[in-house]
Amino acid sequence: MPAAIECRDLRKTYDGKVEAVRGLSLAIEPGECFGLLGPNGAGKTTTIEILEGLLEPTSGEVSILGRSWKANARELREYIGISLQETRLSEKLKVRETIELFASFYTQPRSTEEVLSALQLNEKSDALVGNLSGGQKQRLAVATALVASPRVLFLDEPTTGLDPQSRRQLWDIIRSFQHDGGTVLLTTHYMDEAERLCDRLVIVDHGQVIAEGTPTDLIERLGGHHVVEFALAGNGHGDTSAWQSLPSVDSVRSEDGVICLNVREPHRTIPALLERVDQQAAQLERLNTRQASLEDVFVNLTGRHLRDE
Amino acid sequence: MTIAQQTPSQNEIQKRTAPPRNGRWSGFRHLLGARMLELVREKEVVFWVFVFPLLLALGLGFAFRNKPADRTTIAILAGPNAAHIQELIQHSPQKNAIRSEIVDDVQAAKGLRLGKYDLIVAAISADQVEYHYDPARPESVQSHVEVDSALESAAGRKDVLATSVVVSSEPGSRYIDFLIPGLLGMNLMNSGMWGIGFALVDMRQRKLLKRFVATPMRRTDFLMALASSRLILMVVEVGLLLGFGILMFHMRVLGSFFTIILIGALGAVSFGGLGLLTASRAQKIESVSGLINIVMMPMWILSGVFFSYERFPATVQTFIKLLPLTALNDALRATILEGSSLVSQTGRLSVLVLWGGLSFILALRWFRWT
Repeated sequence: MPAAIECRDLRKTYDGKVEAVRGLSLAIEPGECFGLLGPNGAGKTTTIEILEGLLEPTSGEVSILGRSWKANARELREYIGISLQETRLSEKLKVRETIELFASFYTQPRSTEEVLSALQLNEKSDALVGNLSGGQKQRLAVATALVASPRVLFLDEPTTGLDPQSRRQLWDIIRSFQHDGGTVLLTTHYMDEAERLCDRLVIVDHGQVIAEGTPTDLIERLGGHHVVEFALAGNGHGDTSAWQSLPSVDSVRSEDGVICLNVREPHRTIPALLERVDQQAAQLERLNTRQASLEDVFVNLTGRHLRDE
Repeated sequence: MTIAQQTPSQNEIQKRTAPPRNGRWSGFRHLLGARMLELVREKEVVFWVFVFPLLLALGLGFAFRNKPADRTTIAILAGPNAAHIQELIQHSPQKNAIRSEIVDDVQAAKGLRLGKYDLIVAAISADQVEYHYDPARPESVQSHVEVDSALESAAGRKDVLATSVVVSSEPGSRYIDFLIPGLLGMNLMNSGMWGIGFALVDMRQRKLLKRFVATPMRRTDFLMALASSRLILMVVEVGLLLGFGILMFHMRVLGSFFTIILIGALGAVSFGGLGLLTASRAQKIESVSGLINIVMMPMWILSGVFFSYERFPATVQTFIKLLPLTALNDALRATILEGSSLVSQTGRLSVLVLWGGLSFILALRWFRWT
C-alpha cells in the first residue's frame, strides 16, 4: 500500500532568496490524521501547498496516493479535498449553490444533502455565504472539500480565528472523516488541536522538521509528563540550574520570573521543593502543577512560544 | 529510486466502480449559473450595467434635444431710447425668438458674463445702436444676427431676396441618434473590462481562483463560463439601450438586430480579452482598477462616444481609428444608423478581432491562477 502522502527533501526558495522550506521529508500513512505544527512563518502553508500541487517545489519529490503531480494531476485532483487558509467564497451565492458548484467539478461527488447534514449546515442551506458567521464559513470551506468525497483531506489552519464551540464542531467533522477511512493532513499553530486530533505530527520551524512523533511520544521525550511551575517572592531565584538537583526533575527553564520544572513524579519533587524553599528562607509566591503539553515541547526545542511573533 | 516509482500498482487505488455522475459540461454549466446569479444579486452591477447607461442616455438626450428655435435673451442698456428699441423688437417678425430686458450697465455686464444675456444692445440715439458681445460665444454671434435683423426689419428695411427655410430634424441625424450607439460601445467596453478584469483579480485576491484550480475543474471551462456570462449580458445591454432609444426618442434602427448582436458580441469578446490581459498578473483589486482606468480613459475621450472624433487633427485620427472602441462605435453607428452590412466593415471588425485575439494570447501566456 503506498503512503497517502509522501515527500522527500522538499525545498522551496522564493525569488532565489527566502528559503521557506529547507529539506522537509514526510511519510503519512492512509487513515492517519497528521499534523504540521509550527509558529507563523515556519513554512507550513508553503509545504502544504506544495503537497496539494498548487506550488512547484524548488527541489524534492512529492507523491500522493502513489502518484506524482507531474504525471497525474487531473486524476489526483479527483481524490483530494482541500481547504485553503482563508479562502473567501462568493458572498452572493447561497450555501447550497456553493456546495453544488464545487460538486460539479468532480466526476463522482457526494450528494449535497449528505454534505450539508454532515457539516450541520442544513439550516443555513439557503443563506447567502456573505451572511454566515466565521465558524459557518469555515465549515462551508470544509464542506467544499468534503463534497469531493476525497481520500485525502488537506486542511490549512482550519480553526484559526474560530470560537471554541466552532473549533470543537470542526474537530468532530475531521474525526468522522478519518473514522470513515480518510487521511487528513492539517496545519495548525494550536497545540491543543494537534494533541486532540493528530495521530502523528511534526513540529516545523524555519522550514525544517525539528521533532516528529505521536503527541504522547513527543511529550514523553520532553522527559516528564508533568510541569511544576513556581515563583518565589522577591527576585531571589538564585541559580536556575540549582533546581535540577531536586528528585525526579528532568529539565528546568525559567521564564518571566517563573521557574518551570519538567517532572516525572511530582509527588517526589514537590516535598523536596518545599523543603529547599524553607532552607533558603524564601517564600513561595505561587506553585502549580499541570500536564505537560506540546507547547512545552515546542518551548523546550526552540526556546520560543508558538504564538510569539 | 523516486517516490513515484516506489509505489505499488494503480489497482489498489482503483476508484469507485459506479458510473460517473457528472458529465463533461457539468462544471461549465454550474460556473455559468453561479456567475449569472452573482451578477444579478450584486446591486451595483445591475445599476452600472443596466440603469446607468439608460440614465446617461436620458440625461444627455434631453440636454441636447433639438429645441424648437432657440430663444435668445438680451439686455438693453437703460437710457432715453431703451424703450423705443424694445418696442421695435416686440414688433419685429422675430419677436417670439427674442426676450429683452432693460437694465443698467452694471447688471448688463454681469448678466453677459454669467451667460444670462447673449447680447447687450446700447441705443446711442434713436437711429443708432451698438452691440456688445463676445464673438467666441456661438449663441452671442447668433443672437447678434437675429437682433440686428429684427431691428432693421422693424425699422423698415426691405429684403431684396426672397428666402425661405425647410426644417430638417429627421430621426437619424439628431444628437441622440449619434449618442446611443456610442453609449452602447462604451457600455460594452466598461462591462467587458470590469466584468472580466476586475472580477478575476477580485477572485484571485480572495484566493478563490486558487481554490478552483485545486479541484479537477477545467480551466478552459472557467474562462468559457466567464465569457458566456458576458455574452448573455451583452444581449441584454444592447436590447435595453436600443429599445430605450426606440421608445423614448423614436430612434430608427436600420441594420438588422442580428448584425448588431454579432458586432456587440465581437466587441464584448474583444474587451473581455483586454480585461483578461489587464487581470493576468495583478494581485490586488486596487492595482487592477488603476490599470483598467488607464486602458479605458483615452478611449472615453478619443473614440467618439459623446462627440465625433472628426474634431481631432487628421494625423491623430489615424491612431484613433486603431483603438478598439473607435472600431466598435463606428461599426455600431454604421449598422444601426445606416444599415451597413458586416462585409462593408471588414476594416473595423478586423481591428476588434486583432485587439481581442492578441490580448487573449498574451493573457493566456501571462495569466496566474494563484
